[in-house]
Amino acid sequence: MIKTIITGWLLVLVGAPAFTYAQDATLLVQQVRTKLDKVNDYEAAGVMKTDVSFMKVPAADVKVYFRKPGKLKIKNEKGISLVPKGSVSISLNNLLSGKYQVLDGGMDTIAGVPVRIVKLLPLDDNGEVVLSTLYIDPAKLLILRAKTTTRESGTNELEMSYGKYAAYALPDRVVFTFNAQEYKLPKGVTFDYDDGSSKQKPAGETKSQRGKIEIAYSSYTINKGLPDTVFE
Amino acid sequence: MPVIQVSHLSKQFRDIHAVDDLSFTVNEADIYGFLGQNGAGKSTTIRMLLTLIAPSAGGIELFGMDLRTHRKEILRQVGAVIERPDLYKYLSGLENLSLFAKMSGLHTSRAQLMEQLERVGLSDRAKSRVKTYSQGMKQRLGIAIALVHDPQLIILDEPTNGLDPQGIADMRNLILHLSRHLNKTVLVSSHLLSEIEQIASRMLIIDKGRKVAEGTVQEMLDPAKTVVEVQVLHVAESVEKIKKSAWGASLQQVRTESIVLQLHRDQVTQLNRDLVMMGVAVTGLQPRNSLEDYFLSLTGTNQHVAAFTN
Amino acid sequence: MWQLLQIELFKIFRKPRTYISFVAIAAMVIIVQIALKFDGRSYVEFILGSLKDSLEIPYDTILNGYFVCFVILNLLLIHIPLLIALVAGDSVAGEANMGTLRLLVTKPVSRTQLMLAKFMATVLYTALLLLWMAFLALLLSVLLFGVNDIIVARNDVLEVIKSNDVLWRYIAAFAYATVALTTVAALAFLLSVFAENSIGPIVSTISIVIVFTILSEMQIPLYDRTVKPWLFTSHMLAWKGFFYTQTDSTHTSIPGSIENLPAILRSFGILMGYIVLFVGSAIVAFKKKDILS
Repeated sequence: MIKTIITGWLLVLVGAPAFTYAQDATLLVQQVRTKLDKVNDYEAAGVMKTDVSFMKVPAADVKVYFRKPGKLKIKNEKGISLVPKGSVSISLNNLLSGKYQVLDGGMDTIAGVPVRIVKLLPLDDNGEVVLSTLYIDPAKLLILRAKTTTRESGTNELEMSYGKYAAYALPDRVVFTFNAQEYKLPKGVTFDYDDGSSKQKPAGETKSQRGKIEIAYSSYTINKGLPDTVFE
Repeated sequence: MPVIQVSHLSKQFRDIHAVDDLSFTVNEADIYGFLGQNGAGKSTTIRMLLTLIAPSAGGIELFGMDLRTHRKEILRQVGAVIERPDLYKYLSGLENLSLFAKMSGLHTSRAQLMEQLERVGLSDRAKSRVKTYSQGMKQRLGIAIALVHDPQLIILDEPTNGLDPQGIADMRNLILHLSRHLNKTVLVSSHLLSEIEQIASRMLIIDKGRKVAEGTVQEMLDPAKTVVEVQVLHVAESVEKIKKSAWGASLQQVRTESIVLQLHRDQVTQLNRDLVMMGVAVTGLQPRNSLEDYFLSLTGTNQHVAAFTN
Repeated sequence: MWQLLQIELFKIFRKPRTYISFVAIAAMVIIVQIALKFDGRSYVEFILGSLKDSLEIPYDTILNGYFVCFVILNLLLIHIPLLIALVAGDSVAGEANMGTLRLLVTKPVSRTQLMLAKFMATVLYTALLLLWMAFLALLLSVLLFGVNDIIVARNDVLEVIKSNDVLWRYIAAFAYATVALTTVAALAFLLSVFAENSIGPIVSTISIVIVFTILSEMQIPLYDRTVKPWLFTSHMLAWKGFFYTQTDSTHTSIPGSIENLPAILRSFGILMGYIVLFVGSAIVAFKKKDILS
């Protein structure tokens, strides 16, 4: 009898925190979501840099448009920008929309900031996103990192840093890491100029390569309304 | 000072001696006939005079200047029509004349060019493209181009080729006019003896690249002189004997079966006698009379004609 | 010399054959522009097809005047040298064939001067042809398709260059292309000295250009090390080098930069060397030549 009582209390002592943590994670996600939900739409101006091994792209002035719950468009109005597909997940606002199961992943540190790791399993089996892992600063209710595994585009990563728009959970800087397919065209088509320098591809570069998009935001115009045409 | 001085000129194309040790002189105001069969070396010689071909050996002086070192100065004084005059068919007669006048260093006005064309009877076709010209008209345009820069020496290579009798007569009159009234020196080559006979003051006969005779037309046509072709059995031996004799200076040409000598008519009998005395086995002896005969005999053409007529 | 050059230019531009080149270029350029106007998207899909699953491709903005001009220049790689050879190969052989060469050489003008005047006239013709091509391929394309950033598709790299960073590159590229085509002209000019008919030099020149271009593009290590660096066709493509940019450590391209300017200058030097060699040889050969035509 005493054994049963002691085992029961032990279970409560161990299980309760776990249960509490799970409840805390869900609460944390809800709090972050509430914060994000303050933003119905925004138009942001920024500078986008592309870091993909087979692309040489200059830094470009871009406009980023967002409207709740899931519309996102990156536009280079004055030139050409090649934006990764699935860039819809460049916005956090999309990640936390929909229904999902929340799992606690423990704690970690990013740049000296303690973060709570939270895994989101979408309840919709047919959705594009299979799993999201969020690294949340619980003190400021800000997502510092998000890893998203998708059906079509593999695993993407978002790194955020915040400044004057932290109150809206809108980052000053976003780095989006994604999978890029190999690019190759036959030499008989391109007739490239061979300048005689040997170009050795680094060992380990595989067919599917990682690319990075970095957007440094200079300004946000929040909740002023956006026409449908900007998303075309 | 001679206008043309050619010394031991030779040109070899691989194994062929197109011109072989040729020497001749052309004096001022001469109409110098340059005679020979087709392929005798006339055009090759003329092309060397005009720096179209480089000699293999020998020297050429024009106006007392070495052609190798004074080419530009010399050519400013030379006008030439080489074989049939080929011109820019897609340009008009006037444009062709203007172009070549500029290349000769002239700054001529349109009026001056038209005057030149008037002289050769082409003023009414000045603006027509050369493509539409007849052979005679092209020849006349060629003459106009050769004369546009008022050269002192005019070289005409087969100028009457392709011309009708009127054209030939016009050409003849032009050559005479150039020499007699304008004091120009004219070198004219031809295989038409009858034409040269009428205009040339001096001439050279060339065969297989070698000179066979040179002198005034008068000398060559001197009725007192004749050319005798002697058929012999042993040519080389006979030539040696003749060279050692008093008849050596009369020797003109050695052929495969005969020897040609030039002498006075009244010496023919003596020649015959002396040859027998020297032990030369003579099988025939043929004196020639006209320049045509003379030319044909020297170049052996009559042998070929005989083959067809016998 | 100026007088001689004027005469040679007069002869070139009075010949109907000369205008074939200008008409041919106009036809080729306009045909490509029409094709891209109606179905340019297919071409862009062909170029960027391997990326369409991972990147959003803005087809409409990619298909702009600068891009179309680059496509045209790429497509006409072999055709333009043929048109150059058409006139350059005729410069001496054509005169021999017409019979006018013997008249020219008897004028009080040195053979060297004559040859230089002929070659310079050919160079001016080449420059005019390129200018015409620049007008059609660049200006007309910009009018038809507008202006935007340019995407340059290399064998294993995609370059994106901002629109305000493109025009000077085209000016440099066309200037370089003039030198490249002058090399072809010089080769045809040299071959023209040895022929009495212009067909031979024209066909020979274009055959050499085709064979050398194939050798330049083949990926055989033996040729890479030995033959390729010395083929003039390898260096004719250096105009493209003006569209290859430098990047910083994050693969972000640096505006106004050229990936390998020393290589382009080296290629330029090699082409100039070939021009001097071909033209020098032509002059030496012509000075010794017996004019029998």
